[in-house]
Amino acid sequence: MSELLLQLEGVHTHIGQYHILQGVDLAVPKGGITVLLGRNGAGKTTTLRTIMGLWHASRGSVRFAGDDITHSPTPDIACAGIAYVPESMGIFSDLTVRENLFLAARGVKSADQMDEARLEWIFGFFGALKKFWNQPAGTLSGGQKQMVAIARAIVEPRKLLLIDEPTKGLAPAIIQGMIAAFRELKQTETILLVEQNFSFVSALGDTVAVMDGGRIVHSGSMAELTEDRDLQHKLLGLSLDTNQ
Amino acid sequence: MIRTLLSGDLPRSRLLSALLLAVLFGLAFAPFLFPGARSLNVAATICVFIVLVASYDLLLGYTGIVSFAHTMFYGIGAYGVGLALHAMGPSWWAIFVGTAGALSLSLVLALVIGLFSLRVRAIFYAMITLAVASAFAVLASQLSDLTGGEDGRTFRVPELLQPGFHLIEGEIMGRAIDGKLITYYLVFSAALALFLFMLRIVNSPFGRVLQAIRENDFRAEALGYRTVIYRTLANCLGALIATLAGVLMALWLRYVGPKTMLSFEVMTDILLIVVIGGMGTVYGAVIGSALFILMQNYLQVLMKEASGALAGVPLLANLFHPDRWLLWLGVLFVLSVYFFPTGIVGRLRTKAALRRLR
Repeated sequence: MSELLLQLEGVHTHIGQYHILQGVDLAVPKGGITVLLGRNGAGKTTTLRTIMGLWHASRGSVRFAGDDITHSPTPDIACAGIAYVPESMGIFSDLTVRENLFLAARGVKSADQMDEARLEWIFGFFGALKKFWNQPAGTLSGGQKQMVAIARAIVEPRKLLLIDEPTKGLAPAIIQGMIAAFRELKQTETILLVEQNFSFVSALGDTVAVMDGGRIVHSGSMAELTEDRDLQHKLLGLSLDTNQ
Repeated sequence: MIRTLLSGDLPRSRLLSALLLAVLFGLAFAPFLFPGARSLNVAATICVFIVLVASYDLLLGYTGIVSFAHTMFYGIGAYGVGLALHAMGPSWWAIFVGTAGALSLSLVLALVIGLFSLRVRAIFYAMITLAVASAFAVLASQLSDLTGGEDGRTFRVPELLQPGFHLIEGEIMGRAIDGKLITYYLVFSAALALFLFMLRIVNSPFGRVLQAIRENDFRAEALGYRTVIYRTLANCLGALIATLAGVLMALWLRYVGPKTMLSFEVMTDILLIVVIGGMGTVYGAVIGSALFILMQNYLQVLMKEASGALAGVPLLANLFHPDRWLLWLGVLFVLSVYFFPTGIVGRLRTKAALRRLR
């Protein structure tokens, strides 16, 4: 088995009076894409937010690259090398595309000092960003905003990307472009990807975990789940045919 | 050159540029263009309010912090220099000691208020600052032996700034080069320098982080920024600049008193000007302050003229009676907020951007 980058053990998270995560055990190996699947309300977004320290686990532990980050503040977790792309895209709409990326490039003092080669690499996936470089991010379309959000997460090398439902509300043509981008990204980055679009992640994922009721109810390889329609039906209530 | 001076943040609207140039030109040559003590007082007040309002915009418009303690810092600056000049006599050393003392006190207070209360939700922070500012205003009134109580304190300024001082004999463009004129240009140049400094701040990487925090503090934290630290720094910076605005006002008026420096009226004026001018623009402070202070000073005069002209029309003459100036001021503000929800600067910039897209 490959080296583990992130490990959640018996994680419980409460939001107010609600007990959302009820003992999550999740392992993310280094390299490739781990997909977190599950229906609405299963606890996928809460899992990502708990990893990021935006909500703190009431029990259990979160270990990242060998360090316990369960109770670390969010900025420390970000500085440790985890980038988070929230479900709502999470861009700063009043700032330009350039400024959005600059804010995430912590190692440079001005936007002009951003690594040009890396920017060109990003423009290779998301060409629209080059075109709208100096335009306020709030004026872009939904797909372009998603590109800004992902580009911001990879503007500097990170150890782990947490990406929450990147295809939500996007047109099929943009989703195809996104698949190509993620295929290339996974060659160099480790990604924990939350999705409901099974046809999207089945083409990308290496390992998969399925959540239900605030727990992981299945984990294994994506190839195994893609081939086993009964398992898909049992875990997700769907089959690939109906989602393609 | 101009781009560097404005830190790359150009007005981005021809009309806005014209208005800003008109205000700059008007203030730069006010002593020669608008003779008379009242008009010079209006011009100096506009200069001070541009600094005061822009420093508040740094908090409200750029960082999303609602504070009611801004007049407290303004008052600390005014009282600091005023009391130092009163106690130590009219010297530059007294101005330095008073300013340094006021800046130190403001920094400590802003740091303590920020670190202890910027973690709480915005509404609670606003309430905490309101309580602290009210306590400070009461303290300034109660410590009458030191502050002069409700009457405040008058004091003398160094000879160079005294109205009786004449730098040169004779006049230039019909205006004597006296201490009042020197004080005005001291206020004007300090206000201009502080304004350009604030433009630099909001357009620096630090300013961009503040904007990110205002939009969504969780997202900013997820990028690795400690939002409490940034908010506290913005709070300290805003407080220090408001303190300097207070110093300038005290030097101009040669008087400090609770009503002029610490009252809640000043705070509501600042809030109105920020909203009218346009939050998160800095330039809004210039347009808003000029408009507000001019209306505050001349609306009554205009209404007197209108009321006189309409003397034969009973209802209208009554409606435009100078005593009703506050009512009309209120109506004008309601209309401006209704028609310019993003402030005058926001509206002008949006219109210009839409025109460019067409």
